[in-house]
This record gives sequence, C-alpha cells and structure tokens, in this order.
Amino acid sequence: MANPTPKPEQIAAVDHKPPAADWMDTKPEFKPGMFLYAVRKESLEGVGQPNPRDWNPTDADWKLPADWKGIVREGIKERLQRFRSFQIFMDICVRCGACADKCHFFIGSGDPKNMPVLRAELLRSIYRGEFKVAGKILGKLAGGRKLTEEVIKEWFYYYFQCTECRRCSVYCPYGIDTAEITIMAREILNLLGCQIDWVGTPVNNCFHTGNHLGLKPHTYKENVEYLLDDIEEYSGVRINPSFNRKGAELLFITPSGDVFADPGIFTFMGYLMLFDHIGLDYTWSTYASEGGNFGFFTSHEMMKRLNAKMYAEAKRLGVKWILGGECGHMWRVITQYMDTMNGPADFLEVPVSPITGTRFQNSASTKMVHISEFTADLIHNNKLKLDPSRNDHLRVTFHDSCNPARGMGMLEEPRYILNNVCNNFFEMPPQTIRENTFCCGGGAGLNAGENMEMRFRGGLPRMNAVQYVKDRHGVNMLACVCAVDRAVFPAHLEYWVPGVKNCGVTELVANALVMDGEIPRQYNLRGEEVNDLREEVDLPPIQWPEEEEGGEPSEEGGE
Amino acid sequence: MHVIFSLLAVIVLIAIAYAGVAGAGMTYLFGVVIPYAAVITFFLGLILKVLKWGRSAVPFNIPTTCGQQKSLPWIKPNSVDNPTSTGGVLARMFFEVLTMRSLFRNTKLDYRVAHGQPVIRQGSEKFLWLFAILFHYSFLVVLLWHLRFFMEPVPKLVGVIEALDGFFEFGLPQLLLSGVILVAMAGALLDRRLRMPNIRYISLTSDYFPLFLIMGIGITGILMRYLLRVDITAIKELTMSLAVMKPVIPQAPIDPLFYAHIFLVSVLFAYFPFSKLMHMPGVFMSPTRNLTTNSREVRHVNPWNYPVKTHTYDEYEEDFRDLMIEAGLPVEHNPAEEAAAAEGGGEAAEAEPEAPEEKKE
Repeated sequence: MANPTPKPEQIAAVDHKPPAADWMDTKPEFKPGMFLYAVRKESLEGVGQPNPRDWNPTDADWKLPADWKGIVREGIKERLQRFRSFQIFMDICVRCGACADKCHFFIGSGDPKNMPVLRAELLRSIYRGEFKVAGKILGKLAGGRKLTEEVIKEWFYYYFQCTECRRCSVYCPYGIDTAEITIMAREILNLLGCQIDWVGTPVNNCFHTGNHLGLKPHTYKENVEYLLDDIEEYSGVRINPSFNRKGAELLFITPSGDVFADPGIFTFMGYLMLFDHIGLDYTWSTYASEGGNFGFFTSHEMMKRLNAKMYAEAKRLGVKWILGGECGHMWRVITQYMDTMNGPADFLEVPVSPITGTRFQNSASTKMVHISEFTADLIHNNKLKLDPSRNDHLRVTFHDSCNPARGMGMLEEPRYILNNVCNNFFEMPPQTIRENTFCCGGGAGLNAGENMEMRFRGGLPRMNAVQYVKDRHGVNMLACVCAVDRAVFPAHLEYWVPGVKNCGVTELVANALVMDGEIPRQYNLRGEEVNDLREEVDLPPIQWPEEEEGGEPSEEGGE
Repeated sequence: MHVIFSLLAVIVLIAIAYAGVAGAGMTYLFGVVIPYAAVITFFLGLILKVLKWGRSAVPFNIPTTCGQQKSLPWIKPNSVDNPTSTGGVLARMFFEVLTMRSLFRNTKLDYRVAHGQPVIRQGSEKFLWLFAILFHYSFLVVLLWHLRFFMEPVPKLVGVIEALDGFFEFGLPQLLLSGVILVAMAGALLDRRLRMPNIRYISLTSDYFPLFLIMGIGITGILMRYLLRVDITAIKELTMSLAVMKPVIPQAPIDPLFYAHIFLVSVLFAYFPFSKLMHMPGVFMSPTRNLTTNSREVRHVNPWNYPVKTHTYDEYEEDFRDLMIEAGLPVEHNPAEEAAAAEGGGEAAEAEPEAPEEKKE
C-alpha cells in the first residue's frame, strides 16, 4: 500500500509534451498516489445511492450495474435537457487551446488529459459517438468514440483529478466551464456507484450527523470547549458561546474541518473571539454544523439534500439571518445554488449588521453574509479594537480561494481585513491571484490522504507563486478564506515551500484583537510565544509587564 | 490523419465542382440547387439548434465572476466582469463578442526547472487573440462586401466598406485587404494548430476541415478576382437571380472556378449548424457569461427543482437525544422532563430548554 511519495525535484521534472499515441488510444495508469479510493459500500447505502459494493479502482472488474451503458446514456440525455450549460459546452468548443495550460493539474503533471479541453473531450467524444449521427457513423473521424468500461475508468481517473476551480473558464472565449462538465461526469459516475470515498463518506456523515467528520452533537460541543480553554489560556478571556439556542439573532455556520484540525481550529478560535469582542447575539448549531458541502462534489441532488439543513435550522431556531464562516465551495453553493434549491428563505430577514447597522443588500434573498464581508464592515466602521503590530512577525500573502474568487467575486474584502490586522502584506504575481488564482490542488473532494502525489502536483502552481513572494519579500504566512485550503496547504507548504505557514484570515484578526479583560498576549492563538516568532524575523522582543496576576480583569470594558 | 483527411476533403470538393461543371455541365445544380439547399440547411439547422439549446433549462445561476463583487458600498464593484445588472451583462457580452475579451486574457505557461526548483511563470500571449480577431473581422468584411452581388443598386454602406477595404489602392482590380487577411489568418491558425504540440494533440478533423474549407473559399475567391478575371457581369446576373428567387444560369459562360468557390461556400453553410462553428450563436447563450451575478440578492428559479429526502432536525434529535441532553444541549423533546411535567402539573413544559442568555431584539 505504502508508496513513497516522490521528492519535489522528481515531481518538478514535468514534461508538457504530449505522447505520440492519440489520446483516444491511451489509458490512465492507476498508480498509487495518483488516484482516489473507491467509496465504501456503507457510505453509499447510508444515503441511498446506487450500486453500493466493495470494489477498488485497480480491479479489472468494477462491478458496474448490468445495464450500465443504458444508465450512462440516459444520464447524459437527461442532463443535456436539464442543464443548458452542459448542452452548450458539449456543442461549441472550438479546441482553440486557450484553456490548455491554465489547469494546475496539467501544469503540475504534464498529463495531456488534464488540459481542460481534453478533460471535456473525454465526455464530449462519448456525446458525439453515442448521440450524434456523424459521430455514430464516422467514429473517430467525427471525434466520436464508443462507450466502454475503459471510458468509465478514464472518467473516474480524470474527473476526480479536477477540482472544479473554474480557472479555465475565465480564459475560455465562450466561458466553457470544466467544473460544469466535471460536475455532470461525476453525477453520471455516481449513477454507477463510481464515487470516491473522500466524497462519499463525508457526505454520509454530513447527512446523518450534520458534519463531514461525523462529529456527534456532544463531541462537537466538546471540541469547541477545548478551543475555549485555549483561548482562555492565551488571552485570559473566557468565552461562553451557545449551541442550538432558539431566539438568537444570528446563526453562525462554518466548515466542520475548522473545529477539528490544525490550523483551521485557530480560525475557529478567531470566530469565537471576534463575536465575543463585539457582543454578537448568535448561536452555533450541532445539526447544521457543516458549512462545506461535499454533496456538491457528487450531484446537484446530494448538494441540495445536505444544504437543506442550513435554512431548516435557521427556521427552527428563529434567527434573523445566517452568518457564514471562511470556506470556498461552501460559498459557491450559498451564492449560486442555495436559494434556488432550498429557498426562498422568506422566514428570515434581510441581513443587517447588529453592530454597525449596515444592511447587506447583496444578500437580500439568500439572507446569508460572509464573515469577511461582515468583518470588513466592522473594521470600516471602527467597531474593532485592533493592534496590527501583534502580527508584525508575520509577512503575509493572500490566496484567493477558487470559489469565492470565481463563483462570487469576493476579492477586496479579505484584503481590506488583512491590511487592517497586519502590517506586512504582499501580493503574489497578478496572474496567480484574484480571478486568475490557482487552486490549492485539493478542492472538490480531492484532499484525501491516498492521492498525495496528485495533490502535490496540483498544488505546485500555487506553491510556486508563494515561493516567489517568499524569495522576494520574505513571506512566511499564507492567509486564505477556505477550510479545504487549510486542510491542504500545510502539507503542500512543507513539501514545496518549507518555512511558510498557513492560516485563516480570522485567525489574524483575532491575534490583533484587543479583547476586553485580556492578559498580555505573549502567545498567539497557536500557543507560540510571540517573542520567539519575532526573533525568527529579527524583530526586537516585546517587554511584557511583570505582574502575571494583575493583568486579568483590569476593568469591565473601560467605556 | 486529421490534417490530411481535411485537406483531401477540400481538394475533393473542389474537384467535384470542377468535374460537375466543366465535365458534366451541371451548372444549374452547382449554381442554383446546391446553394439554395445549403442556405436553407444553414438557417433551418441554426434555428433548430438554437431552439434546442433554448429548451434546455438554466437551473442555476452560474456565472464565472472575473472581478470584484458588489457587496459593501465603499468597495468598488467590477460591474462588467461581475455584472449584477442587465446593463452589466450587456457590457460583458459586448466585450466578449466584439473584442474577445476572455481570449485577450490568455497567457502562456513558462515552465522551467532551475537547480531542481521549478520556476513557473505565466507569460503574455496575445497571438491567438490577434489571429482570431483578425480572422473573424476580415470574414465579416468579406461577407459584407459580397452583398454587392446580391443587391441592386449596391447600398452606399457596402461601397464604403469596399473603399475602406481597398485602402491601399494597390493593383487592379483594387486589392481588398480583407480577403487576404482572412486567408492569412486561417493559415496562421492552422500553423498554430500544427506546430504547437499540445494544440495539435487536441485537434480533431472537425478543427482542420473548416480551416481548409475557409482557406479554399478565400483562395478561389482571390484567384477569381485577381488572376483569372472571371466574368463579373455574368456572375452578378446569376447571384441577383438567386437573390430575387428567380434563378437563371446566364448565357455567358462562367469559369468553373466560380462554381468551385460557391460550392465550397455552400458546403460551409450546410456544415455550419452541425459543427463547432455553432460557437457563433453559442457564445451568446453561455450561462457562465450571460447571467447577472446577483443570485444572493434576487432568487434564481430552477424550473425543475424537485423535493429531496433530507435528514430533518427531528430525525437528528431522535438519533442523538440522550447524548444531547447529557451534553447540556437544548432539545425539542426531553422525555424525562415531559414525564415529570405530565406528573407534576406541567410547570416545566413552557420553559425553553435552557437558553444561556435571553437577549431582547
């Protein structure tokens, strides 16, 4: 099982020249580290998905359903009618190749089928071969080919090597979005039970327990309590948030990964401190305890089934509106799907910040505001006491997560926040940020443990841009607003750009927050001694006040 | 294979026209029947295809946002690349269609390895955009001045276009730049397809064929105008008769090259609705470009939205009630409390299950 991941210099030796053989004549090699495990039977059964069975992508026989060809044909046909995007993207590509070198997986692997145009052709060739007269008769000459089990294997390999990041769609003269094609292909694969475990199992967990990690209600609460202890230790402030509380003004929902894993937990601590600092009347939910939505990575229907919890819980608790944490695809789902699928949320109110009075007209229908929008508004209205010098040991750059960038356009808000909570901020090259941003390499359910080589390859373009600012500006912190990023980047940074760490924007906010009743902040939220960190970047140490005891409750707030 | 086949196909098409006209004298077939059939196929095919696309639903609002969203009043939104209004969408489509804005963004991967370290840059690459935009606009100009063959009197505007096109006032008959540029750009696009290994790898017969076809059309046209000096009066007699739906083959003989030219044009027209050339109407209908980005402000409706099986809060509480009570989490139904309430006269029944702090609105 264990396959030694190649060294960076081995992976970096990428040849972008295509092979001699025509792409229709080549097959993917299921090499350890480069593919994802099959979904376990129980996970498909748990949410009533087709063809649950024990199988492995390296098996010769994938145990497809008896009438699998009919299922695929019917699946394609149905989706051509339901999604104009799919129909048009099947018909109008001119193969100009503008997208070819835009994909992080192509850049990092050189595999020609990772060129977005070819990734789409994998499906388009079947569309022509099975549905078009010319393709049926002329075959390859008309760009068509027949549906075989090999095609299904190829689809599985390549459509689970696309992070639905939409970078290619920015450059396409017709806006052809490979994410759309990958979404359709995954839906069709799902009809055959060909799903990956890192999508299928979180989906099943999320459905039953409310979050991807399968944290049961008491565990979720306990995990948060550990973080509260840490906050108290490092800042001297004890916070008492509420869970599942009816009558709170807001419901806050964020990805569950942040309640569990380093460094997401520090962002989570940041939320707790920020909300305490402004006295926000809000509650957490253990039922809607997942902002992310891995259902999005298997089918529209599954996305809807998981997403339904957000509005349902907001309604049950009687909150006014929903505030959402830092997450990438969660915000694509909220921005472009949630209201359509599970709305209208007419039981909620148009979001108004209870602190600043700002009305978030841009979310008048979804009734859900992004934490970065919310925080930027707080800062703009001087509602936060901030000491950005507390982050002086950090030299920060910002990674635009694919979905907030290309599925939402939230580009300035996090930058505004960063520029207010730290003093050293540097941008990566323009071709790698904002709408041109490179994916972390682990989105759309690909942040599993068994495909590390694939991830390192996909993460290379982003990491190389980080290297660029590290070399020029001494950048040592990569900030982001995405929980998948926070799950993916630590390993990628260690592999490609050692010495650079990763954090959420709200973690830096909380480090800079001057909390009421705080003790001298000798430690950051990670429990690292600030003076040690300052020493690493040749900054003079801070002289902390001597008295350990008296620092505690100085006075209530001061005002 | 793709290249050779496409080239041969166009050569064979020319040969067919020559054989048909010069050999078999089928001028009426090539001069009247086929052009009419081709034009009918073009319009019918195009309309039916667009209607088919139109019948396909747009269930979700999925524009690709390429600029700052409209959120807080003090952050300047990019109203073209992230359009929240119809005006913004129109502007986005205007730039997309008339200036090929997305293609203008194109970059070129510069991937090197120095001392074992990868160095990845995105260099500037405007050639594809340049070739494409010159190709399309020269094609448009050629089409426009061809109107002179189908209108009498020739509209002023067509004359103006022609005059501009002949700006260099070179040669006799005056050299029209558009035709030359069209052929040159088709050649450049072909050259690019052949010489860039990855682009060659993705190219299909259906990518080469239209290029060869258009080059064939351009070259036959140029030969007619500048070298063979075909009988222009006879040609206009024929084209006008086609335009007014009273087709006649003129008495004066027309060079078979002309028939080859209109045969290739006919093939292009007939081929259009079944090919990638449908990117022309398609670009207007692409949901990642032609939708407003205000789906958080205004609800987008999915015509086929259907109910799904969810896991309700009640089911969830049913699964975890004991654990929740034990952890001090509020529950909707607390059997112990309810039992006590039923016994003791119901004083606990009204209280909300332990809310830590009640805040007023």
